[in-house]
Amino acid sequence: MNASNAILIAIALPCIGAPCIALVGRISANLREAVTLVTAIALIWIVWGMLPELLAGGRPSSLLAEVVPGIEIAFRVEPLGMLFAMLASGLWLINSIYSIGYMRGNREPDQTRFYFFFAIAIASTIGVAFSANLFTLFLFYELLTLSTYPLVAHKRNAKTMRSARVYLGILLTTSIGLLLPAIIWTYRVAGSGDFTPGGVLQGKLEGPAIGLLLGLFIFGIGKAAIMPVHRWLPAVMVAPTPVSALLHAVAVVKAGVFTITKIIIYIFGIDFLAAEPSGAWLLYIAAFTIIAASVVALRQQNLKRLLAYSTIAQLSYVVMATAILKPLAVMGAATHMVSHAFGKITLFFAVGAIYTASKKTEIHELRGIGRRMPWTMAAFTIGAFSMIGVPPTGGFVSKWYIFAGAIEADNYVAIATIILSTVLNAAYFLPILFLVWFAHDESPTAKEHGEAPFAAVLALTITAGLTLALFFFNGPVLELAAQLVRSSP
Amino acid sequence: MVNWSQHLPVLQVIIPMLCAPLVALLQPRSFAWFAATATSLFAFVIAIMITTGVFAGQDYSYNMGSWPAPYGIELGVDAFSAILLLIVTGASALALLAGRSSLDTDIETDRQPFFYAAWLLALAGMSGILVSADAFNIFVFMEISALASYVLVASGGDRRALPAVFKYLIMGTIGATFYLIGIGLIYLMTGTLNLADMELRIHEVADQKPILVAAGFITIGLALKAAVFPLHMWLPNTYTYAPTIVTVFLAACSTKVSLYLLLRFDFFVFQPNLVNHDIQFSYYLMPLAVLAILIASAVALFEQNLKRMLAYSSVAQIGYIMLGASLVSLTGLTAGIVHMFNHALAKGTLFLAVACLATRIPEFRLSDVSGAARDMPWTMGAFVVGGLSLIGIPGTAGFISKWYLISAALGEGIIGIALVAVIVVSSLMALAYIWRVIEIAYFRTPKNSAVTLREAPPVLLAATWTAALANIYFGLVPSLPVSLSSSAAETLMRHVP
Repeated sequence: MNASNAILIAIALPCIGAPCIALVGRISANLREAVTLVTAIALIWIVWGMLPELLAGGRPSSLLAEVVPGIEIAFRVEPLGMLFAMLASGLWLINSIYSIGYMRGNREPDQTRFYFFFAIAIASTIGVAFSANLFTLFLFYELLTLSTYPLVAHKRNAKTMRSARVYLGILLTTSIGLLLPAIIWTYRVAGSGDFTPGGVLQGKLEGPAIGLLLGLFIFGIGKAAIMPVHRWLPAVMVAPTPVSALLHAVAVVKAGVFTITKIIIYIFGIDFLAAEPSGAWLLYIAAFTIIAASVVALRQQNLKRLLAYSTIAQLSYVVMATAILKPLAVMGAATHMVSHAFGKITLFFAVGAIYTASKKTEIHELRGIGRRMPWTMAAFTIGAFSMIGVPPTGGFVSKWYIFAGAIEADNYVAIATIILSTVLNAAYFLPILFLVWFAHDESPTAKEHGEAPFAAVLALTITAGLTLALFFFNGPVLELAAQLVRSSP
Repeated sequence: MVNWSQHLPVLQVIIPMLCAPLVALLQPRSFAWFAATATSLFAFVIAIMITTGVFAGQDYSYNMGSWPAPYGIELGVDAFSAILLLIVTGASALALLAGRSSLDTDIETDRQPFFYAAWLLALAGMSGILVSADAFNIFVFMEISALASYVLVASGGDRRALPAVFKYLIMGTIGATFYLIGIGLIYLMTGTLNLADMELRIHEVADQKPILVAAGFITIGLALKAAVFPLHMWLPNTYTYAPTIVTVFLAACSTKVSLYLLLRFDFFVFQPNLVNHDIQFSYYLMPLAVLAILIASAVALFEQNLKRMLAYSSVAQIGYIMLGASLVSLTGLTAGIVHMFNHALAKGTLFLAVACLATRIPEFRLSDVSGAARDMPWTMGAFVVGGLSLIGIPGTAGFISKWYLISAALGEGIIGIALVAVIVVSSLMALAYIWRVIEIAYFRTPKNSAVTLREAPPVLLAATWTAALANIYFGLVPSLPVSLSSSAAETLMRHVP
């Protein structure tokens, strides 16, 4: 199988899987979940199969259709997209295992619809990852928003509907209102929206217009949750936890920062943007988001909301790292996408497991829960350490690179932000860990409980293991990240 | 050598026109639908053949009765007429194919043959406007199509259609009369009715008052027929109370034919000859287009009746077409014309979905459709696709129009940025009013949840999904409408000095 077919197959696979899920969902739940798992495994096989070619320097590409002259639906695999696609496909499998435990454990309704739209969302994510130009990216970006809407609105009650409306409203408003004009503007001035190493805007645009275009892009990409367009992320926490875990800690939000990183590297070009003072505000707004979101997280009582604000902060880490505009920092950004994904999905899995086993959602209810659910809470601890950036977790590796990049750039704002936010992260995670492991459960719990269903525990153990593994075996990730920097001289 | 394909333009008009009386006389009664649908499909095939010919570069000018051009009546087809012919005949064929069950409930059996005859006359009239190159001939066809449309709108059982159609009749007659006064004045000054001849002869008298007055009468008259804001007052109730299948047909093409004529007349006759006409054209139409887009979208946002909401949305979409045209640039005109095609697809799908709903739900207040998606998932699925296309989500036809429209606006400097803002704001308003329906249909519990509605009849559903899939197809592979539109825009722009 050649690689350009592999790209199309990777996007088509979940799209074919989805109707199969819908069809067999009427027959048997076991069969439906088997189809999901088989599709996920096949997807991993296809996507990860492209890795050797990419590491050898190949850039497989594929042209699906020319919509109008100059505007194509085309795909091209490059290191960052590969990293993102590997992440999304790999975690989809683990998340599906987890979903089986969670959705059955909580007796959620309409599970077939859940798995159906999940598959569509993954197909859109792969499409975003492999897009060769802005037009294709926008297509899949919008598809991702629309396909995740039914997942957010899963419970269909008034509160969920309000949140889903906020979700759709903010994401579509920003993308139609800001991102689309920015994309068309780019096509007009540069004559092309292809992701080209070194950027396409060099010499085509100058002065404050660059800052303006950057602004349209950054705030148009609502999925990256840069303040003040972050409000949707805490709102969507009403969705079932597997949705929060994979989509709102990995696929959707990473699609946001991935798009920003890709636009900065391949549309603006690092050097072009570094030479232009009107784009400098990006670093400050990202730094502000990191600090502000961490401070808000300090005050949260609900676990999922706390994780949502933590996600907002960590997403801005990626944006800030890219905005430092130094090779080491960009490597850090790419690595952080991976390490944060592993860490945050572990945390969400753990929170979902706690909910499934005990129906607890608030922090103060967690006293001494570590003894009842040792596996879950051990994984939670590893995830929290990764968020703070403590070795031996993946979070340490990425923070190391970002920090090194900030020092290389003599960027004191970035250095101070990293230090301050590490302190803040520790300030909101360590008390929880203390409560979980060392506090005694004084009031008798309403319900005696042990661990969550096996499938859920298995999934979160795997992701916790991956978080640790990323510290020791990060070769391919760093190699891809290094290629990303090399390909943009 | 007689080349039979030369006769296609005249066949396009003459076949439905001759079939109309036959359909009215046919026995047994139920045969009328079949005959009308077959005729309409045949007209669609002719339109496809004409389009293929236009792509092959064939010249379709045709002299009726072999009288040479300025004296006899000339027919002519270019890319601009071809794309409109596709819309008109396609919408007619699809609506008739889909609509049998829906029309059977809306229209008394005895009247059906006359109804189908009127339908074919409307089709013939619209096709006639599109193929004709003679100003007076166009007027005749305009009256044929308008009178037939009044009959179509009024033929349903809903008595509220009668005041609506009366308003439509008055306004339509005023529009047509204005147009007639305009061409009368021009005939007075130039002595010709042939558009091409008029373009040449009007040059000598271009600075004379009667020509300017004629330009005013013709523009306003046609704007009235095209429901350009604020002359749209006849449209919402007409669409709301007409039988839904008629609404599908009219919404997809009737106003667009008038817009076609407005653009063709203006660009062929006035743009090359009147001093600074392009600026006046922009200054007159651009504010109206912007107002149409914003105000009509806002009204749609608060409208409680599903059909009327979509009707106001049509007024806004006509604003988009006018906005593209009022830029008087190649991209702008391309955007406007391609939006005629894409809007016909999107609105056709939406109204077909409404027709599906109408087979099971008697009224169209938004509260009546609550929970409809539970029992009619396919219908609402098609509605969602049509709605996404109307909003302009990528992957649907509507997005292609948005892309061209925003590109065209960005070429206009500072005003362009304001126009982009208008387009964006109105897209978001479209999102809001479409999503309101989707939320009600998907999340509200049905009013009478004990009763399970049946899904719409399969034929109607199949047609609705054909239209819905066409939205996606032309969103991903838009080369047909785009190449026709850009070639039409080039033809029009050639006349601008």
